[in-house]
Amino acid sequence: MKYYWVFLLLMTSGQLSAQKYFTRSGDISFFSQTPMENIEAHNYKATCVIDTETSRIQWAVLIKAFQFEKALMQEHFNENYMESSKYPKSTFEGALPGLSDLDLSKDGDHNLMAKGDLTIHGVTRTIETPVMLTVKGGALSGSTNFEVAVADYNIEVPSVVRENIAKVVQVTVSADFDELK
Amino acid sequence: MTKNAIIGLLMILSFTKFTYAQEDLISLLGEEERTDYTIATFKANRVINLQSVENTAGGVLDVKINHRFGFINTGIDEFFGLDQAQVRIGADYGITDQLMVGLGRSSFQKVVDGFLKYKLLRQSTGSKEMPVTLALLGTTALQTGEYPNQEIDYEFKHRLFYTAQLIVGRKFSESLSLQLSPTYVHRNLVRTNEESNGIVACGFAGRMKLTKRTSLNAEYIYVLPDQIDEQQFNNSFSIGFDIETGGHVFQLHFTNSTSMIEKGFIGETRGDFFEGDIHFGFNISRVFTLKR
Repeated sequence: MKYYWVFLLLMTSGQLSAQKYFTRSGDISFFSQTPMENIEAHNYKATCVIDTETSRIQWAVLIKAFQFEKALMQEHFNENYMESSKYPKSTFEGALPGLSDLDLSKDGDHNLMAKGDLTIHGVTRTIETPVMLTVKGGALSGSTNFEVAVADYNIEVPSVVRENIAKVVQVTVSADFDELK
Repeated sequence: MTKNAIIGLLMILSFTKFTYAQEDLISLLGEEERTDYTIATFKANRVINLQSVENTAGGVLDVKINHRFGFINTGIDEFFGLDQAQVRIGADYGITDQLMVGLGRSSFQKVVDGFLKYKLLRQSTGSKEMPVTLALLGTTALQTGEYPNQEIDYEFKHRLFYTAQLIVGRKFSESLSLQLSPTYVHRNLVRTNEESNGIVACGFAGRMKLTKRTSLNAEYIYVLPDQIDEQQFNNSFSIGFDIETGGHVFQLHFTNSTSMIEKGFIGETRGDFFEGDIHFGFNISRVFTLKR
């Protein structure tokens, strides 16, 4: 009977570690709109882990994996603006308060506020953004969008292209999550 | 004993649980296998006259206007060379990201030239390591002007020139890139018996980034001895700047070569750089994305 405790502990700890969700194929895109031109780039390889027990969430995005319509834009994005060899990743580390109270076993939409540290181009700033989490047929997905001011992250835009690049860029995030076992 | 074991197990388990709460969540996914390809070893697909290891991306048209003024040492009468000009108008197109073609017409010697460049290897780190980028270049030039001696029966083949070049380049750091270009030029017709039809040469080129959008470039082409008339011809040396502004790259430079194609600047550079036979010149490149 002494072993009963061990079994109980093993089972609960096993269950706890299963309360994490992840993706390796999160879709992060940004959109820069000016009267001169619109610039759009997609990254379909963003990684994220959500811990439903602690309500923590973490994202990591490889800058070089952003795809542009124009090859030269992609090169300039990496070389001149984001300096991706110096700062290869952007990250978000934060929390989704209230997540641990949700019953994710039932279908439904949940509106939460994500709050945490967004790091782009080596600069970290605290942001807050509304997140929509959806459970459908046992599968978890989520989406959000927020604005990023280019100057906030020390990304220099030279005067010749100032008319072509928006001062504030729209970022859209969506992902389907799998259970992390 | 069993009791101790159970207590130990309990401690380990509780410790595991504790670390879980603190851990880096992303690290749970493990390191992904990926290859990181080096980009922008050079800003343009030419260093100055020499082809660089860079290719025009697939579906992109790159229109090039290359310009060389006269020799600076012609003095005030020729406004230090600015009264004269040679131009090559051309266009490059990326068939794929690896294969590009180019066509051009030079006013100097009235030459039409075409080339194919294929990127064989790409410098990379990560799961696939490659120390250098390697490209192959093949060019053909057709001299359309009048034949030099009207009394000789020339054939069409006498107008043709060929170049084969291997381009090995490496981006050593964010600012420094170097490349080596072993080259073979074949001329179907040469002026004198002393000159050989084939020329073996090696180009050395480099670039140093000065700011994010400007770089200092230099190139030198060493022609192995006893192949060209060394009384008349010199090795090509060029130095200049790349300035990048969005879709344009401006290359401003000083060079002793008048021609802007391989057979010319490798085998027929008349200027002596250190005597002041220097052309001021520029290459302008404007890209258009045709296929997305």
